[in-house]
Amino acid sequence: MDSIAIELRGIDKSFGPVHANKNINLKVRKGTIHGVIGENGAGKSTLMSILYGFYQADSGEIHVDGKHISIRDPNAAIAAGIGMVHQHFMLVENFTVLENVMLGAEENQILNKGIAKARVELKRLEREYALEVNPDAVIEELPVGLQQRVEILKALYRRADILILDEPTGVLTPAEADHLFRVLEQLKSQGKTIILITHKLREIMAITDEVSVMRRGEMVATRTTAETSVEELAELMVGRRVLLRVEKGEAKPGDVRLSVDGLTVKDSRGVTMVDNVSFNLRAGEIVGIAGVAGNGQSELLEAISGIRRAVSGNVSLNGKAIDVTGHVDPKALRDRGLAHVPEDRHHVGLVLKFEECENAILGYHHDKRYLNGVFLNVDAIRRDAEQRIAEYDIRPPNARLKTANFSGGNQQKIVLAREMERGPDVLIIGQPTRGVDVGAIEFIHKRIIEMRDQGKAVLLVSVELDEIRALSDRILVMFAGRVVGERDPDATEGELGLLMAGVEGRKEAAE
Amino acid sequence: MSNPYAKLPAWVEYGLVPLINLAVAFLVAGLVVLLVGENPFEAAYHLINGAFGRGEYIGFTLYYATTFIFTGLAVAVAFHAGLFNIGGEGQAYVGGIGVALACLWLDQTMPWFVVFPLAIIGSAAFGAAWAFLPGWLQAKRGSHIVITTIMFNFIASSLMVYLLTRVLKPLGSMSPQTRTFAEGGQLPKLDWLLAIFGLDIGTAPFNVSFLLALVAALGVWLLIWRTKLGYEMRTMGHSPSAARYAGMSESRITVITMMISGALAGMMALNPIMGEQGRMQLDFVQGAGFVGIAVALMGRSHPAGIIPAAVLFGVLYQGGAEISFEMPSISRDMIVIIQGLVILFAGALENMFRPAITRLFSTSSRRAAVVAQTKGA
Repeated sequence: MDSIAIELRGIDKSFGPVHANKNINLKVRKGTIHGVIGENGAGKSTLMSILYGFYQADSGEIHVDGKHISIRDPNAAIAAGIGMVHQHFMLVENFTVLENVMLGAEENQILNKGIAKARVELKRLEREYALEVNPDAVIEELPVGLQQRVEILKALYRRADILILDEPTGVLTPAEADHLFRVLEQLKSQGKTIILITHKLREIMAITDEVSVMRRGEMVATRTTAETSVEELAELMVGRRVLLRVEKGEAKPGDVRLSVDGLTVKDSRGVTMVDNVSFNLRAGEIVGIAGVAGNGQSELLEAISGIRRAVSGNVSLNGKAIDVTGHVDPKALRDRGLAHVPEDRHHVGLVLKFEECENAILGYHHDKRYLNGVFLNVDAIRRDAEQRIAEYDIRPPNARLKTANFSGGNQQKIVLAREMERGPDVLIIGQPTRGVDVGAIEFIHKRIIEMRDQGKAVLLVSVELDEIRALSDRILVMFAGRVVGERDPDATEGELGLLMAGVEGRKEAAE
Repeated sequence: MSNPYAKLPAWVEYGLVPLINLAVAFLVAGLVVLLVGENPFEAAYHLINGAFGRGEYIGFTLYYATTFIFTGLAVAVAFHAGLFNIGGEGQAYVGGIGVALACLWLDQTMPWFVVFPLAIIGSAAFGAAWAFLPGWLQAKRGSHIVITTIMFNFIASSLMVYLLTRVLKPLGSMSPQTRTFAEGGQLPKLDWLLAIFGLDIGTAPFNVSFLLALVAALGVWLLIWRTKLGYEMRTMGHSPSAARYAGMSESRITVITMMISGALAGMMALNPIMGEQGRMQLDFVQGAGFVGIAVALMGRSHPAGIIPAAVLFGVLYQGGAEISFEMPSISRDMIVIIQGLVILFAGALENMFRPAITRLFSTSSRRAAVVAQTKGA
């Protein structure tokens, strides 16, 4: 009989009127990988924060190794052998690996003894778990995958037996994710217990032994992974049947709407982010740009939509040139039929402190229907916003609610409604479903395909390979600022993954 | 990103929290009075009585409030666009040139209602011009506005010393000030307004620029929440990246916002120059530009909050003067301490009591039944 590493009994937590966790019971067996899945806002992060001592439960008990303990703060969690790897790393960027690992566990005011001890311990951990990383490397110079490894080492250094990983693969390439999974398997074989929080069903199926599903603050089911299916889990998460892949017909590409030729973009430090990129986008097709985050997709979108100035290259919209290397006005591009759903809706696409209706006109506030001379026509703005709310099923249906109070999915719908409703010729979409729950993903994907079927040209950038494959009619893969290959949507994931990692691309470019 | 505290009912957010902060500020101020060896209740009596005890006192309180409404609005407008204009002091000072020129030109030939509009335009224009340079430097050269506006306060101060000792001073006079204006350069008092409430204005310089301040407050509300420019300013203030995405020109908004802010600060000069002294003196701003920062902070950059905050500071100025008059061991500096405490608790430590209040309200609403049993509730 396996022993239980962690048992939660009747955990309950409310934030004001929001009941984030309702009477949660969870048993995690020792030496297993246990997945916790659920949509955004289902209460996964709250539950794990309670386990790690960031929050106190209103009621309920936590048992670790059969003992009832109270976890008042993260120090108590660490003392109980629980370690956490956060979604956003908690590392000091300009410290070395060694300094980060020993941070908070220095033991002495004078550091040299502690450093020597930490170095020995780090070596041992590296050997034991195959977690190689140079202890003297500075964090900001390491790739994301290695930074995550440092987070894991930090937890192990504090003698964690139970590791909680919060959405660990969000920032990794498929290859890095595979490597992480091998590390987790290794840790499991050494007797560690791992809790994996994710919304990616594929990861759950690939690596976990057991999986618990949360929905609206409740633990709705726990399944043995081998005995369940992606479809069942998705249904449990959402509470109804969902289409994981939206139906779409053949594309009927028409005229070239957007043509990009030799576009090169540098960032503020002068580093080339987009390197001589060329492609055409036709009416009635969706072109997907795949790639690991940070390989120039963001800068490409920004240059085309007039937010960032390009160094060289030509871009034309509906056959007329855009002066991408000079002063580009996003407003003028909107007037010419280009709409842009930016990747970062929190900082770019929306002003979170605005009321919903104020965000519904962002970028279109020059529109005559919203103005009376220099004054805003508040009635027209609210009327239009309410109409969109109804059409796009934005909840809660309140145009005067502060945008920050909408869920991620509904915020994204606000942006999409704004950019799609005007019937642009070209729609540029970055990360359409980042931080969006499964139910809303289906809705958003359907709308994007509808746009295509109406003869609009859609340029889609996403780090979710599944999404790119599900929506695109053609896939361009970007690596290190260059387009390293073009594939059909039925290309295998492995093939695209190699291109994204820059392996195949180099050969292709050399030919 | 979003507010870390749960949402409170509006009356708590805008009523109770500021009141508690204010009460604590006065409590600590009372302790300081005690430390000096005086009776804090007596001091509090003189403060309140000195501010409201007679029609004349109220007139003085509102006279100071007028000044602070202008400078508070100036800071608030810039805040909305994410700009921290610390140069209200200098902009108000230079705004005085516009007032003085209008008065010196026409005071002997024209009645006040002809001179006043010209003086308004003059003060706004000079104030705006003084704010234009820091705005332009930030927009085009990236020089931070906090640094440049502070430096411009010093430049303004030196410039005014030069003008008032060399250029605008009448020949043969010993004091650094313009000549006293004739009747056309002096604003009528609002004695009739106080008379409605049966109050006698006495010698208080409460004048028509108070009404202008109220109009300006309404204008700022319209600008920020009802115009396209205000929408763009707020977008930039909350998220410069969203403003760029929406095609708004950051440099254009920065320059225009600073000019509006400077114009409002400049209009402050009307109150002391045309409303009280009838001439432009050295140092007539007397720190009002800096008080405007506290007023804007306390008033949450909203005109409806700025007006009461300005009145509060008017009370502190006028009542404080009475305290030091009635209780000689409490010097005027004591008043500065009290003002400092108000700024500290209402501005800088604004969130100190919020978590406790939030907890109180969430527990009392959610589980009223359990409260009796929980510890310390």
